[in-house]
Amino acid sequence: MKNKALAIPHIVWSIVFIVVPLCFVLYFAFTADDGSFTLSWFLEAGRFAGVFARSLKLALIATVICLVVGYPMAYIISRTSWITQKTLIMLIMLPMWMNFLLRTYAWMTLLEKNGIINNILEALGIFNLLGITEPLKMINTEGAIIIGMVYNFLPFMIIPLYNIMVKIDNSLIEASRDLGCNGFNVFRRVLLPLSVPGIINGITMVFVPAASTFVISQKLGGAKNMLIGDLIDIYFMGGEPNFHIGSVLSLILMLIILICMAFMKQSDEEVML
Amino acid sequence: MGETPIIRLEDVVFEYDGDRVLDNINLSIKDKEFVTLLGPSGCGKTTMLRIIGGFMNAKSGNVYFDGKECSNIPPNKRNINTVFQRYALFPHLNVFDNVAFGLKIKMLPADEIKKRVSKMLEMVNLKGFEKRRVNHLSGGQQQRVAIARALVNYPRVLLLDEPLGALDLKLRKEMQLELKEIQKNLNITFIYVTHDQEEALTMSDTVVVMKDGVIQQVGTPQDIYNEPQNAFVADFIGESNIIDAVMVKDFLVRFQGHDFVCVDKGFAPMQPVDVVIRPEDIKISPSIKGMIDGVVESVVFKGVHYEISVNCGGFTYIVHSTMSQEVGNAVGLSFDPCDIHIMTRLFPDDKTVVEGEVVGENTIEFCGFSFERENLNLSEGERVLLTIYPEDISVVSEDIADSKAYLESLVYKGRHNELIVWMAERQWLIHSQLDEQVATDIGIKFNFDNIKITPLTAKEVAEVEE
Repeated sequence: MKNKALAIPHIVWSIVFIVVPLCFVLYFAFTADDGSFTLSWFLEAGRFAGVFARSLKLALIATVICLVVGYPMAYIISRTSWITQKTLIMLIMLPMWMNFLLRTYAWMTLLEKNGIINNILEALGIFNLLGITEPLKMINTEGAIIIGMVYNFLPFMIIPLYNIMVKIDNSLIEASRDLGCNGFNVFRRVLLPLSVPGIINGITMVFVPAASTFVISQKLGGAKNMLIGDLIDIYFMGGEPNFHIGSVLSLILMLIILICMAFMKQSDEEVML
Repeated sequence: MGETPIIRLEDVVFEYDGDRVLDNINLSIKDKEFVTLLGPSGCGKTTMLRIIGGFMNAKSGNVYFDGKECSNIPPNKRNINTVFQRYALFPHLNVFDNVAFGLKIKMLPADEIKKRVSKMLEMVNLKGFEKRRVNHLSGGQQQRVAIARALVNYPRVLLLDEPLGALDLKLRKEMQLELKEIQKNLNITFIYVTHDQEEALTMSDTVVVMKDGVIQQVGTPQDIYNEPQNAFVADFIGESNIIDAVMVKDFLVRFQGHDFVCVDKGFAPMQPVDVVIRPEDIKISPSIKGMIDGVVESVVFKGVHYEISVNCGGFTYIVHSTMSQEVGNAVGLSFDPCDIHIMTRLFPDDKTVVEGEVVGENTIEFCGFSFERENLNLSEGERVLLTIYPEDISVVSEDIADSKAYLESLVYKGRHNELIVWMAERQWLIHSQLDEQVATDIGIKFNFDNIKITPLTAKEVAEVEE
């Protein structure tokens, strides 16, 4: 009983700030302005299928890049000495101590038409060398959004991977070498299967915030590369708010993410069996 | 046997963090032999195994497998398999897949894999366990899976790194016999690492005793037990009485104020030696008619025999006898000449002699230490010999120590422990009542007042410098 009493603050918090708002979202999604039941908002939200597709596509690309970059990184860190491990992990976390918005603004100044990268390339004479006359268009592209996502969410990939990999005893890798594995086979037959829980955690931790972000796309993607997060932002906070469509979009995004996570969880369990 | 050794190490040196873990190891291992590398923790036995397995590379020296240099061959290309200390089973695979792992890598046909794995599981008594998850098995069962996983590849050599260390005593004894049986049946070479001398004696054809990265003795279990090469081996293998002695001349050794006839020769006259007498070789009788007389200090029943401590003039002898004795009784001890084993001492002298220099009025410096002595009457710059008796160096906690020293060996010598430490690029001899962990750093403190100072003549200085 005592233990249950300790959970009360959390339960109250969850009800007030999670369950009640969710009920509001559900209410707005399924009612017309006069309060009557309707599904018409869902039909209207169909217009934004393209935005959904783009959100999921960019989040997926960013997740894959994070995985490809983060996996070897996490492995290398996990095989170093304890002190080096702590130092490297701290260095990876270091950018997170800065404000998210600030980090994204920094990328704006880097990628802009008259930004730092273009200026450096010009100053080094690389444009002349390659016969390029105009500065590179980097800001307000899908590529810029992906860069922003990878930069901001890479630590969320590395940390769970690292946490799993430090638990993989070196003797397992030695045992697989002993039994005839070359480098690739060590990875495929031992390292990869044992790190699946970390991969799944990492993908979830990157994909979910990447799919629902709006700051990154607003700052780096411009108006024509709008993501689902931007739409929700506009419908709730914009000049002509429409809570109904906003709620519908939120619900659909939530549903997609839930389906993805359920799918991931299942493959996780399959591996662990 | 008799042909090329299956494994040969030649001048192998291995260093870690500047410490020499293996020092010029030379060892030949015959095919189809059960060889045990035996030594206390930190003696380099596991390192040696890992070098043979290909997991580590020697700093210098060569490793030959079947006559061919193999230092640069990675572990996956060696016809050697390993049973790891804590099994290292793959947690994501079941028993069958763990054992089949190596065969699947070799892409053998599925039915062949199945046949070989079943045969191997049957051999280690794990038939019917194929589908079990490995972390649901007991320690002993995991151990068997690890052995099967290695042996299923038909290696020429199996390396075992303290494989029974985590098992309880009864299981360990069973597994010892089983391992020996497996080795005989499969007729392959086993290289086994352990710090348990009994295990080594039970299973091996050849025992390699190691200390501090140096091989102390190689021989059959009988050789090692009956004819230990030095006090360390005698102390490490079984129980022994180790006594400081002097070799008066061939076949005559002096200890405890008596001269005893022995069967050893070839030592310099009056050379300090160690005498080893096994407790079971000493006869004990209640009347005073032994070669040494003493008083019974304690009697402990050990099942097969009584372990009797006898105090003979301050020196404690351990005697194993099937007859008990009354504590406090006067007894006589006797032994045959052939049971007195004479060994060269680990530390060649019975005291440490170092060179020093007078660096100021009444101040002498040696090996980075300096001390003062009243009325020295020696001029600055003069060279001296310092004799430091083993009682005048004490083992103390590191915060009040004069220096840190690396403890190379510790042997009980009846009334004190004889410690040999490494410090300032040389060995030092210490007597202490305390037990310390070998292969670690200890703090030591000098009793400077008792150091004997002998001025060196010009001729001696020249000799020393030469």
